[in-house]
Amino acid sequence: MRYVDEFREPESVRRLATEIERLAEGRRYKVMEVCGGHTHAIYKHGIQDLLPSGVELVHGPGCPVCVIPMGRIDDAMAIARTPSLIFTTFGDMMRVPSSNGTLIDAKADGADVRFVYSPLDALKLARDNPDREVVFFAVGFETTAPSTAATVLRARDEGLRNFSIFNNHVTIIPAIKAILDSPGMQLDGFIGPGHVSTIIGLGPFDFIPARYGKPVVVAGFEPADILQSIVMILRQLNDGSAAVENQYARVVRAGGNPKALELLATTMELRPYFEWRGLGFISQSALRLRPEFSNFDAEVRFAVPGLRVTDPKACQCGEVLKGVIKPWQCRVFGTACTPEVPIGSCMVSPEGACAAYYNYGRYSLMREQERAGGASVVMPGAGGTPDEVLV
Amino acid sequence: MTARLEHSLAAQMERMSRASTARSSRAVLRDSHITLSHGAGGKASQALLEALILPSLCSPLLDGVADAGIVPLSSGTSRMAFTTDSYVVSPLFFPGGDIGKLAVHGTINDLAVSGARPIALSVALILEEGLDVDTLRRVMVSIGEAANAAGVPVATGDTKVVPRGKADRMFVNASGIGELRGDVALSPANVRPGDVVLVSGWIGDHGMAVMLAREALELESEIASDSAALHGLAAALLDAVPRTRVMKDPTRGGVATSLNEVARCAGVGIAISESRLPIRPEIHGACEILGIDPLHIANEGKLLAIVPPENAERALSTLRDHPLGSAAAIIGEVRTEHPGMVILQTAIGGARVLDMLVGDPLPRIC
Repeated sequence: MRYVDEFREPESVRRLATEIERLAEGRRYKVMEVCGGHTHAIYKHGIQDLLPSGVELVHGPGCPVCVIPMGRIDDAMAIARTPSLIFTTFGDMMRVPSSNGTLIDAKADGADVRFVYSPLDALKLARDNPDREVVFFAVGFETTAPSTAATVLRARDEGLRNFSIFNNHVTIIPAIKAILDSPGMQLDGFIGPGHVSTIIGLGPFDFIPARYGKPVVVAGFEPADILQSIVMILRQLNDGSAAVENQYARVVRAGGNPKALELLATTMELRPYFEWRGLGFISQSALRLRPEFSNFDAEVRFAVPGLRVTDPKACQCGEVLKGVIKPWQCRVFGTACTPEVPIGSCMVSPEGACAAYYNYGRYSLMREQERAGGASVVMPGAGGTPDEVLV
Repeated sequence: MTARLEHSLAAQMERMSRASTARSSRAVLRDSHITLSHGAGGKASQALLEALILPSLCSPLLDGVADAGIVPLSSGTSRMAFTTDSYVVSPLFFPGGDIGKLAVHGTINDLAVSGARPIALSVALILEEGLDVDTLRRVMVSIGEAANAAGVPVATGDTKVVPRGKADRMFVNASGIGELRGDVALSPANVRPGDVVLVSGWIGDHGMAVMLAREALELESEIASDSAALHGLAAALLDAVPRTRVMKDPTRGGVATSLNEVARCAGVGIAISESRLPIRPEIHGACEILGIDPLHIANEGKLLAIVPPENAERALSTLRDHPLGSAAAIIGEVRTEHPGMVILQTAIGGARVLDMLVGDPLPRIC
């Protein structure tokens, strides 16, 4: 892990933090990290502890688990309950609530739900169980869509007839645009999604500086990467410029990955519209299999309800995803909605803003309090003893 | 700072304190069915235990947190430690161990961290129709070897066979009894602010070895399970530092879950320093790839110990002098702040809450 440790080196991290403090002096900036991987890294490493109070990080819609609307989970449950079918999914999706329980519950009820690490694992199951239908619950942005595409092509080449995918792949650019167009938007710049950009390249982000005048810096996922990208954004903002820059050049090429894009173009096409949890219907924001691959499309092969399900009233995932409110401002945060018993999807995935904040955020809050110069705050502890003081 | 920021911080603290109260309130079992999460050693397991199992049994000897039950004997002053565990690990054989060795070591370790000298074991087998005899023989030989090497004989056993499909090849239940040392008093309730937290070596080896041994994950690695009997190491520590506050065997749910149990039980905060954690680079790498926290991964041959600050160096050198503790390290300290919570100080100078495991990233690890 030497390659990773280099970007966690305390000395360089401190230097970058000092530079951010200098650049932000006397100013207030709101920067959105679009990608859930960044949200997770920010909380995991305690990066917000290193930022001055004038720099606020807003967590964006880039957690693939979080943006799947409840109706799609209902559809997944319906497919999973098909007799003798093997339903495969990434582990995170098993805990996302549908309107009636989760895939974990479906599994306990007798559905054969298995978690896999890659669509190729699902394909192997299909190969090993020729008399059973195997469905893969495909979720994710452009990062994971190519591997789904490659799996579908391989299934076709092998002549498998019992394998299909339930396609929920989404594309990041329309979601960013929806946020930029939403009323009350107050963002100054964006930390661009590093993994998605390895596939799509830098070009698709050009409209953000061009049309909205906001800087975008595509960043890696280590502490020094994220801090450096903030430095680059603040420099642009202080200079009054706006451009797309690439902090993650060791991985991201300006033109992306043409081979992966070709795989996508061969197998998938844009849906006219797709519902995003909390953001509503966004046109041309998701992928489906092309008609010539309909044999591999679980939505074609199995009866799915396909109904739109309204999110639970109390759930404010949408406002969290748009960065309108912070996770802690949600009505049910940490009380009715916790990682063990989530109401909203943002509380499920470790990349979800609420789960990250719930798990990692509470301590940094106390530090922020300290920095704000406030006295230590009295918090009633577990046993209701009011004299336990958190500083 | 502006009044607005202070206001928002106060509001935020208020919300977080409500969340914290909800978090630490008594576990509620909402599920109508048992799911794999209930067996993962994390929060769902705890809910099942606190909301269903303990209240149903109403036993004065059960506290739900200790690794072994303490049974008073009618004769004299000595007391007995009594523990049981079932092993359902898949695959049966993995680098560094197998289900038999694991059963022996896991049972001995529960006694060892309770401050007991293990005396005898029981082994009960549930076999699936069709299991090949060679597999069974290999497991039994392994049980024999592990028990003999540890000097803790198997005193009784049982064998049942169930029809094909009603079990997965074989499950093992093992119980153990041990004699409690009279010179120590181990309990999370003894933990005091200022105490020092030690771990006896590399973290995360067992869980990762089992996980990588599963065919679904085609990662090449040399990672082997740390499965080992810890009674010798535990006894050495207790001889050197009889005032040791508490010891834990961080299996399911990993170091994070064990420390949370202590913090909650003792009503103290625990702060762990990321840069001091003994984690092999391979484990770090595999965790990065799989998106798992090494502190949530099961260990089967590691001891967590909390000792008074004045005994910390002696505890460390005692652990390091033992063959099973050569990579031992001081990893953190106990505080009055943030009671019931474990905080990880990150290598880059940030901090975050280190919670118990939620859900189950790795079912059937032991």
